[in-house]
Formats: sequence, C-alpha cells, structure tokens
Amino acid sequence: MRHVISLLIENESGALSRVSGLFSARGYNIESLTVAPTEDPSLSRMTIVTTGSDEIVEQITKQLNKLVDVVKVVDISESAHIERELLLVKVRATGKDREEIKRTSDIFRGHIIDVTDASYVIELTGTQNKLDSFLGALDASLILETVRSGICGIGRGDRVLKV
Amino acid sequence: MMLSGAEIVVRCLQEEKVEYVFGYPGGAVLFLYDELFKQDQIRHVLVRHEQAAVHAADGYARSTEKVGVALVTSGPGATNAVTGIATAYCDSIPVVIISGQVPTAAIGQDAFQEVDTVGITRPCVKHNFLVKRVEDIAPTIKKAFYLAASGRPGPVLVDIPKDITVAKCEFDYPKSISMRSYSPVSKGHQGQIKKAVQLLMEAKRPMIYAGGGAVLGNAAEQLTKLTKLLGFPITTTLMGLGGYPASDRQYLGMPGMHGTFEANMSMHFCDVLLAVGSRFDDRVIGNPAHFAEEPRKIIHIDIDPSSISKRVKVDVPIVGNIIDVLDEMIRAVEASTRRPEEDTLATWWKQVEEWRRRDCLKFKHDGEIIKPQFVVQKLWEVTNGDAFVTSDVGQHQMWAAQYYRFDKPRRWLNSGGLGTMGVGLPYAMGAQFAHPGSPVACVTGEASIQMCIQELSTCKQFRLPIKIVNLNNRYLGMVRQWQQIFHGGRYSESYMDSLPDFAKLAEAYGHVGLRIDKAGDVEGALREAFQRKNDLVFLDFQVDPTENVYPMVQGGKGLTEMILSAEDL
Ligand SMILES: Cc1ncc(C[n+]2csc(CCOP(=O)(O)OP(=O)(O)O)c2C)c(N)n1
Repeated sequence: MRHVISLLIENESGALSRVSGLFSARGYNIESLTVAPTEDPSLSRMTIVTTGSDEIVEQITKQLNKLVDVVKVVDISESAHIERELLLVKVRATGKDREEIKRTSDIFRGHIIDVTDASYVIELTGTQNKLDSFLGALDASLILETVRSGICGIGRGDRVLKV
Repeated sequence: MMLSGAEIVVRCLQEEKVEYVFGYPGGAVLFLYDELFKQDQIRHVLVRHEQAAVHAADGYARSTEKVGVALVTSGPGATNAVTGIATAYCDSIPVVIISGQVPTAAIGQDAFQEVDTVGITRPCVKHNFLVKRVEDIAPTIKKAFYLAASGRPGPVLVDIPKDITVAKCEFDYPKSISMRSYSPVSKGHQGQIKKAVQLLMEAKRPMIYAGGGAVLGNAAEQLTKLTKLLGFPITTTLMGLGGYPASDRQYLGMPGMHGTFEANMSMHFCDVLLAVGSRFDDRVIGNPAHFAEEPRKIIHIDIDPSSISKRVKVDVPIVGNIIDVLDEMIRAVEASTRRPEEDTLATWWKQVEEWRRRDCLKFKHDGEIIKPQFVVQKLWEVTNGDAFVTSDVGQHQMWAAQYYRFDKPRRWLNSGGLGTMGVGLPYAMGAQFAHPGSPVACVTGEASIQMCIQELSTCKQFRLPIKIVNLNNRYLGMVRQWQQIFHGGRYSESYMDSLPDFAKLAEAYGHVGLRIDKAGDVEGALREAFQRKNDLVFLDFQVDPTENVYPMVQGGKGLTEMILSAEDL
C-alpha cells in the first residue's frame, strides 16, 4: 500500500539525513521525499511517499516519531488529502510539433515557461497520475529532459499539521 | 564572567554531578584536558583504548542509575569509540560521549584527524550534536544528559570543534530543558491498564516475561511485588536478569535460544503473556511464526512505542514508564476483589513444575576436568550471589547467565544487543569505580578478554581489584559449537593457537595471575582471589574444550524445539 507521510522537523543541519538514514537502515522504501522550511523558519516540512504493509507503515511512523528532531508525524493518506507534484519537461519543438505540443500542454493546463526556436520547457503541476498521463500524451521521441519534484501533500478541510 | 568553551564543558559536567570521565586525550581535546587538569571535582580515568572508555562509561551507567561519560579526541579517537557507542545503543544505556573535532574552519577540508563523527555515529546514537557556537555548549550538554537518561535511554554524542573550546562567552547552565520535538511519555493509559489487569485475572495459564526495560526503568521492586501478588511464573531475559530474584520459586530462569526448558515451554503455552520492558527479540522467541501458532493474549508494557507490535502482534499495548505502569497495576490488583482462580492456577503450576523437573541445566561433572558451568556455580557460592558480574560474548556469557543466580538488578553487565566481545573488562572497571568496596567479577573467554586486554594497565593504575574468571577452552567456543552443530564439525578458524600464559601476562601488568587445571582446585582458587581485597586476580581456568551450551534453540526454530543435551544432537 502506498502511504503519504507528512512531518514537521527541526530545521537543523543533518535533519534530512536522520530521516533518510532511518529509511535506508531499516530497509523501508522511499518513493519520493520533499523538504523545505515552513513559514516558521525553525521548522521544515517533509512529505514522504512510501509503500509497505500496514505493520511496516505503523513502524515507519513510530520510528520517525522517535527521532529526536521530529516534532510531528501524520500519515495524511489515511483520510482525505491533496497531493501535488511539479513537473518540468524540456521537449524538442520544431515545425508543426510546436503547435501540437502547445495544444497538449493547454489541455493539461501546463505552462510553457521557456521558448527557443527548437525547444520548450513546460511546467505542470498535479497529481502523479496527471503528470504521468501528460508525459504519456507527449511524443516520447520529443522529450529531451524531465524533472519532477516529488509530491507535496496536505490534509483536506480543517485538519492541520502545525506545532 | 566570560569562560572559554573548554571551561564551560567542565563546568557543565560538574553541574551534572559527574564523578568520572573515562577518556583518552588528543589534539582536538587539549583545551578540555587542560581544564580537567585545573580542577579536582571530576576524576578522569585514562583508559588504554577509546573503545574501553565508552564501555567503561557504559558499565558505570549499567551498574548505577547514573549517566556514564566518555571523552575522546577527533578522528581515530572517535572511530575507536564507535563500537562502544553502538554497544550502548543496542542495550539502551545512558552515556554521554564528548568528542573533539577539528576547528570549524577546517571541517570539510580533509584536515588531519578529521572524520564526520556526527555522520558516522548517527545510526547508533539516540541523538547527536555538532556544536557550532560557544554559546551552544551549555544548552547542548544539558540536552545531551536529558536525552540520554529520559524516555528510552541511550547514548548521546556531542562533537565540539577545537576553536569552540577556545572561544569565550558567559556561562549559564540551564536549570531545565524543554524540547518541542521530544516529550517522553510517563503515565500509562488508564483504560489499557484496566484491560490488562482484567486479562490477568481471567488468565488460565499466565506468564510474565520481563526484559532489560524493567532493570533500566528501575522497576525491579514493582515487578517483584506484582508477580508475588499474582502468583504467576516469571522469566527474565538476558538483559532482565536480576529484575526478579532468581532464587525465588516463581522464577523459571531465562527464556530464548539458551533459555531453560521451563521458561520456553511456559512462554509458548501460556494463554496470557505479560511482557514488561522486553521486545520479543529473535534470540528470545525464535521464529515469530512458530511463536504465533499457539493462541495467547499479549499485554506489552514499554516506554518505546516502536518496540510494541514490532515482531509480534500485541493485544493490550501500554506505553509508559514501567515503574509507573506497574505501580498502577499493583494498585488496581490490590483494589480489586477478583483474584486469578486458584485451582486453575494450581493446574498450570503443576504443568510448569513438571517442565522444571527436566532439570535442563544439569551437567555431567566427574573427574578432574573442569566444567565451565561448575566454575560459575562456584563463583556464585563463593560470592554469596552478591557480586557485580560482567561477561564478554560467547559460551561463557551464557553459562554466567544460566548459573549465576542474580537476586538484585544492575548486578549483571553484558552486551546483549550488539554482542560485543571485549566489553567484559571495561564493564568491570565501570562497575568497580561505581562500587569501590564491592566484589566485581568478569567472566570471560580467552578470545574475548584479548579484545580489551590492554585495560589491565588501567586497572593497575587505578588499583581496581577486579577478579577475572577466564573460562579458557582454547576455542572461540560459541563459534565452535555452531560449527559442530551446523557445519559438519569443520572447525574453521575457531581454534586459538599460541595463547599467552595469562597468569604471567597478568603478572607482567603488575597483577596476580593463577592458572587452575583441576576441578578440585576451583573453589580454593576463587576463595583466594576474593580474599585478596586489594588485588586484581586473573584466574585462568583450563576448562573442558568440548563443552556446549544447552538448552539450545537453533536460529529460525521455534521455542519448543530445543536441543536439551549432547544426546539430542
Ligand atoms: C567483536 C566480535 N567479533 C566477533 C564476534 C563473534 N563471536 C561470538 S562468540 C565468539 C567466540 C568467543 O570466544 P571466547 O571469548 O573464547 O568465548 P567462548 O565462547 O569460548 O566462551 C565470537 C568470535 C563477536 N561477538 N564480537
């Protein structure tokens, strides 16, 4: 089962390696991990996408909670939540491909944020599925480079993860 | 008044009422050593290898309720300390390690004696810190002691660059500490405690299984009281020995790979199991799938939520301080009019006694050849069961655990989790420093003792009258046992050739050395050793080289699938 774990951690040097070290030392999967400081610069927020049985994910959250720098941990995928990922894709765009690519990007509500006479860089945010579909809709031979951020997640409604 | 970082470190240690620092100097900690020199409140113990510094601090902590302190220099000082740190971590022992680091500006430059100490130790500490400003030293050391001792204890390392020990600031030791990211629980959940007590009262075949958490949580008294109140059988793990008096009738010995027949059978066939500060480790329950075949309800008390339902599913988890939770349970049992049904309990005890009658720890003992078990038995008699006993790792460790009957907690010091050969002598040093007048024995093997033998020199310097009980079988005995049973008797590299004459070696260090070859001389030698109150005595017992540890549950097997003696092989 896929789980999305959000956590708040003291924004100290080495905090990230405590978390990533825990996952590698205990053999847990990390599909993606994103981290950045919050509006309170002393805290960082992390979103970790992982897979594992219920028992493993229970252990993961317990082990994360045990890290001294970790302030809070929530498995946000246990209830209604939103996930978004950012994709930047550089495509070869020449001749009649330019129009076609622009149209596909519009359909997915992408933005072309860099243009040369031979290429576009398209920015797209959405769920992992949406980004996958967009990449699938592009002619694979035109894709020069892709970069994805890994997902950020937040609970729906009035559930908040805060100190 | 402005103080240097080095002065501040020493002042912090004084504030923490540290009696002993076990350490070894070097370039990065010269200013710290200079400050230690200028005061006489804290005694520094100069070990002969940094591994022993951490082990000794760890042994000091195990034998007291205090935090042990070690001090090492950067680079090789820190890497030498790693085995000690990992050993303390695996057994949840509160130790604060202060390591020197190259000056801040040199960090990352591949400077002389630079290693990423915080990075190397991260997976084997409860927490660690790199101090970047002199103002941070006092609050960081305060946190280090707090973290090491609270919640589930463990080692905490503070890495201090050399320039920070020179820089100055005002010294103010924080009175208290609060960390938003760290708040260990204490009280257990009321509802869960109630549920647990109810289960215990309804049990037909109850069993108590206590581990190192009961000892580290200083809950031996409460554990004993509750067990007596309920009248249930109890087993304590290798780490829990002494958590319940071994000479009591309700005590069934140790469970697990080399546990007693009665403890393992009772663990397996009970219908309600009360686990207290224990973690269903692979050396205790063997194969978890086999353990799960027999239905039983499990109550698990632990300070660390991640220990619960990790290897076996638990029905009633109780997270909290063991001492507090047991107190609550005792109150609940005392307040309740219900008691476990006497007849049912008597039937269960009849079964348990039948298992006990197998007398699984009996061993053949005739003629002059010294049986290692016999030496431990005699050690127990000669010391009236009242010594601090440390061990290394191997067969001798299991025999010490099986045949020395610990009635009090914190008397048995061994590396249960990491299984580190070499801990025995430094543990004995830590215990002897903490308990100057008390008998301290180190039960070891000829291989293990050589892993920290250099500490005989420290023992001389500080006049530690430790008694070393070397069960010399000329083999890496535990390795030989596995090779005999699982590898067709191919004794690959497990025979120790060219052993030193240990008695002479001890004498070379200025101690007393005795070699004992005959069973008839065992008791006399032990008595003589313990009568020498001021001397370290190295007793080199030439024991039966072919003896094995029984009972034995092979790795991957179930608890009931025990090899009870050589005849079962
Ligand atoms: C540092 C370390 N290296 C290797 C081992 C593996 N090991 C476990 S027991 C053992 C043999 C110990 O021999 P000895 O100290 O003579 O004790 P005996 O088993 O003979 O009583 C070894 C090598 C270990 N536990 N620790």
